[in-house]
Amino acid sequence: MTETSRHVTDGEDVAPTDDSQRAMVDETLRAEGDIGEARSLTQDAWRQLRRSPLFWVSAAMITVFVLMAVAPSLFTSLDPAKGDLSRSRETPNAAAWFGRDLQGYDIFARCIYGARASILVGVFATLGTSVVGSVTGMLAGYFGGLADTLISRIGDIFFAIPLLLGAIVFLSSFRGDDPGYFQVVFQVVLVLVVFGWPSIMRLMRSSVLQIKPNDYVSAARALGASPVRILRSHVFPNAVAPVIVVSTINLGVYIAVEATLSFLGIGLIPPTISWGVMVSDGLPLLRASPHVLLFPAVFLSLAVLAFIMFGDAVRDAFDPKSR
Amino acid sequence: MGKYIVRRLLQMIPVVLGATFLIYAMVFALPGDPTAGKCGERECSEAYKAAFYEKYNLNDPLPIQYGKYMANVVQGDLGENQYGNDVAGELGDRYLVTGKLALMALLWEGVIGIAAGALAGIRKGGFMDSLVLVSTLFLISIPVFVTGVVSQFFLGVKWGVASVTVSADATVYELLLPSFVLGSLSMAYIARLTRTNLAENLRADYVRTAKAKGLTPQRTVGLHALRNSLIPVVTFMGYDFGALLGGAIVTEGIFNIQGVGGYIFRGVNNRDGVAVVGAVTVLVVAYLLVNLLVDLLYGLLDPRISHD
Repeated sequence: MTETSRHVTDGEDVAPTDDSQRAMVDETLRAEGDIGEARSLTQDAWRQLRRSPLFWVSAAMITVFVLMAVAPSLFTSLDPAKGDLSRSRETPNAAAWFGRDLQGYDIFARCIYGARASILVGVFATLGTSVVGSVTGMLAGYFGGLADTLISRIGDIFFAIPLLLGAIVFLSSFRGDDPGYFQVVFQVVLVLVVFGWPSIMRLMRSSVLQIKPNDYVSAARALGASPVRILRSHVFPNAVAPVIVVSTINLGVYIAVEATLSFLGIGLIPPTISWGVMVSDGLPLLRASPHVLLFPAVFLSLAVLAFIMFGDAVRDAFDPKSR
Repeated sequence: MGKYIVRRLLQMIPVVLGATFLIYAMVFALPGDPTAGKCGERECSEAYKAAFYEKYNLNDPLPIQYGKYMANVVQGDLGENQYGNDVAGELGDRYLVTGKLALMALLWEGVIGIAAGALAGIRKGGFMDSLVLVSTLFLISIPVFVTGVVSQFFLGVKWGVASVTVSADATVYELLLPSFVLGSLSMAYIARLTRTNLAENLRADYVRTAKAKGLTPQRTVGLHALRNSLIPVVTFMGYDFGALLGGAIVTEGIFNIQGVGGYIFRGVNNRDGVAVVGAVTVLVVAYLLVNLLVDLLYGLLDPRISHD
């Protein structure tokens, strides 16, 4: 007891000098780094990215879409859930920029508010597949043997079922009678993660298999580092690049899949506002009022385009062969 | 080689069992009374219910139900769907249509995708290259249901150059537009894959040798570089064919094609468990077999890859 308390007071006394010393050391290290021009893959990639117009265009588009998702009221003051049946299918005009749909809803407002569902699904499905896929892939690749066999075969099972098909069966089985907004979004995210993680797992596994025989991994093991530490600070940072690239592209793909599910009537469902639902509502009106279909379809395509372009730029930056 | 095939086939067994059990569990976990609506607008009689439960083994716990079902499947009996039709027979008819659609989609993908990719890859950074990159980006980002419906409206309804819907016969002419729509996404991927590989191979030493020998540009690119660049493209098309056999739920829905995808979708919506599980089982097995074939093909095309 006295021992610990002494340590604590000692520590407090020493702390300021310690900090300043550390700062000095950091400073010297940084200076040396500049002289030596030793750049990591990430720094290299960032330098490459900064010069790519594709990256800046897509980043700007993504920023706008994310802003729409976070604060739709920045873009429109209209209420997306206020229908005016007497103005059903009105063509674009000064009051309703994109016109109105069958229910007399303002299409511009709904396009803005629809961003939230798509971005939420895309971001969380990507995060989910990346986390689950990376962890399982690292375990399979690093430990090998039984863990590898088990994880790989389980992955095969989920991989053998086509994403759209699995999603349809899953969603129609586990949908409650009256799900709320977040429950609906969560279910769609869950289904994308359940059927999407094996591809990331395979990617991470093969990437770890390449990293594992390296000297620095053996060195860390020889120094007595625990598997968790080796995986976290040595293997993961060096193996994660392909996962980042594929995940970025997948974000766009997941948004498209969400829209497809909503189009089939089993993804997001009204009153959730989503581009997929809007497109599916607009399809029967294609001949009479094409604008009902056109605007949500354009928004959806632009969002998917932005993320795929972003992924392309990131891939070019991380892939030394393309330079 | 023989050993490899046997090992792969053995590995397939747990995957097929796992995947079908997953689907079986999800489909038969569907909430609701399975006999609801079977007897018109009144409750079914107890006797009917008992017979129904007995027929589909609904009184057993799930794993035993599944075991009994699989025992029949192994003998080639996929059961009867809710209309009393033999699922295996119906699936056979529908696979003819889906197979035709998938093959035609593959043809579109191969011809247009490889041509565009080759044109782009020959001169990286040129006009054709930018054109192909931009147009593939658009193809990838516009969802299939939008391209499908819009092309159906303009090409089919308005200009009348393509068939609007597909009849039960599913003739080649009727399938032209649907297969193009179905293949459009992969077409973009194939174009990009061809382009990347061709551009990389054109920098290889053997191409420089070919040029130095005085071969014409057509021969250098066509015979040496392009053929080598097509190895990953061909395998991609193989995997894609496996995926396309799963039926294109969206495309089949839009063009009213009587294929496997539509069959499964209707089965899910009608709570027709036997039909869904049967179709998915066949589909998973087909997918895995096609993948095995593609892996074997890869070994043939690229001698550096050996399966021994």
